[in-house]
Amino acid sequence: MAVPPTDSLSDSPSLSPLTALADLLRRSRRARLIALIGPALLIIGVFMLLPIGLMAYVSMLERGVNGGVQWGVHTVDAYVAFLFEENLLGDLAINPDYLQIFARSFILSSVTTLACLAIGFPAAFYMALQPAKYRNLLIFLVTIPFWTNLLVRNYAWILLLRSNGLVNESLMGLGLIDQPITLLYTNVAITLGLVYSFLPFMVLPIYASLEKLDLRLVEAAFDLGANKRRAFQRVIVPLALPGIAAGCILVFVPSLGAFITPELLGGSKSMMIGNLIQSQFGAARNWPLGAALAFALLSIVLLAMTLYLMRFRRPPGRG
Amino acid sequence: MSRRSKNPLWRFPGIAPGAAFFFAYLYLPIFVLIAFSFNENRQATIWTGFSLDWYGVVLRNDDILSAAGNSLIVATTATLIATSVALLAALAMARHRFRGEDGVNAVIAFPLIIPEIVTAVATLLFFVALGIQLGLTTVIIAHTVFCIPFAYLPIRARLQGLDPALPEAAADLYANEIQAFRRVTLPLLWPGILSGAMLSFIISLDTFTITYFVAGPGATTLPVYIFGMIRIGITPEVNAISALMLVVSIVFVTLSFLVGRLRR
Repeated sequence: MAVPPTDSLSDSPSLSPLTALADLLRRSRRARLIALIGPALLIIGVFMLLPIGLMAYVSMLERGVNGGVQWGVHTVDAYVAFLFEENLLGDLAINPDYLQIFARSFILSSVTTLACLAIGFPAAFYMALQPAKYRNLLIFLVTIPFWTNLLVRNYAWILLLRSNGLVNESLMGLGLIDQPITLLYTNVAITLGLVYSFLPFMVLPIYASLEKLDLRLVEAAFDLGANKRRAFQRVIVPLALPGIAAGCILVFVPSLGAFITPELLGGSKSMMIGNLIQSQFGAARNWPLGAALAFALLSIVLLAMTLYLMRFRRPPGRG
Repeated sequence: MSRRSKNPLWRFPGIAPGAAFFFAYLYLPIFVLIAFSFNENRQATIWTGFSLDWYGVVLRNDDILSAAGNSLIVATTATLIATSVALLAALAMARHRFRGEDGVNAVIAFPLIIPEIVTAVATLLFFVALGIQLGLTTVIIAHTVFCIPFAYLPIRARLQGLDPALPEAAADLYANEIQAFRRVTLPLLWPGILSGAMLSFIISLDTFTITYFVAGPGATTLPVYIFGMIRIGITPEVNAISALMLVVSIVFVTLSFLVGRLRR
């Protein structure tokens, strides 16, 4: 990084601070970079990275008497409370409550990811096989729900799933059931809502990898006597794997931290991690525990991202 | 590329029905919601006839209007700030190669990776720790942060598609750097800027979880208000306001899509 010559500054002693700054920006590449990138980094750094650091710190503080925290009083109580509870004898025993919510979140997110893959892959493949002029339109149709309000989209599912909702009415109209079945406020409803919320995240990356797929490879497989099924299994799926992996990460990660879907479509017995965190900041007023839970969620998410990057981001040229 | 679909070998069984199912699943709830918003019945999901009444009820509700006003103030301010800083960053990142480039890209993309609930909690703790009163300002700050990557990506994409020879030609014609930027780069960059700004605007209008945590009293935005309405019960008013939000988003995304595709 070349440092600009400074002697010219002494030539013009009457520089006001502003013109001096302009002069510096004009001559120094580094100063210009900082001036251009600085504001974005400053905003994200101060209002995002710093708060997350603070959250990690709060998770190691003593809980305040009436909510909040006692600044400066350090303890690992929040992490202990996450895993253990004090029984009647005053001993610590494993507390299954929170672990159960984490387990449920993992199961629902995994099922959601698999369901998105099962529904999304055929759609992405179909799109990739269309003529170019239709492909853009189809991509656009996939992205529209992504940009529409998540809250509103989940609300639409309440209209479909409630006891006198469209699904129950249709099933009864067809004579398949006699009385409404309970769909809303179940794990099934949460899964349907999560799949709906995150489907575009699965379809778009798979489409991106299938769209780049070299057709001659598949045709070569056909020429060598592979039937469609073997060509699909041995050529298409392996080549789509980076897209599939990206899609799975992009669905699994936000599902795990979902808040709106379980809040609207799940009952009080179907909490997920997001709702548990919220309840610690709301009704339970246990901020350190809430911060600890959020930090645990963040760690899992960052771990998943790191594993994905290590496996699928190869150096350029090795594809 | 139409040979793709014409070659019979490319017809895999189940792919077309699978795609049909996918698009039905994607759009059925949206259509059902919009249809029910025109239902005259007080019971939100029992169809008895067409009516626009509930839209009238919604548009005369002062609380909804003030929440919508808050949403517009937040989205406009956050979009202006986020798009400005994103534009500056994109210009620097497109023109210079430097050490730490990957780090800068990672920080800018960071708000996209973090689960919204974590951002919400961390931001709340930050404002409370600093003793900053929760209100519209805290909402604007929080929205600006995660709007930055949404504004950045389309601008960056557009810049990458620009021919670097164009501003160089301007320089050859004795334009100074500022003139070259104003007269050559900026006009070519406009679709990207507009597209990024619209996406920021939409994302800000839609964001619920973060707003729910950092909105102080009197700073209720539309999604937060709708959430409160849904909590109380499923009513035709909720259908109407939800359908309105859907339509506004769809119109904006369509515009952003069309602008982004303007001739390069």
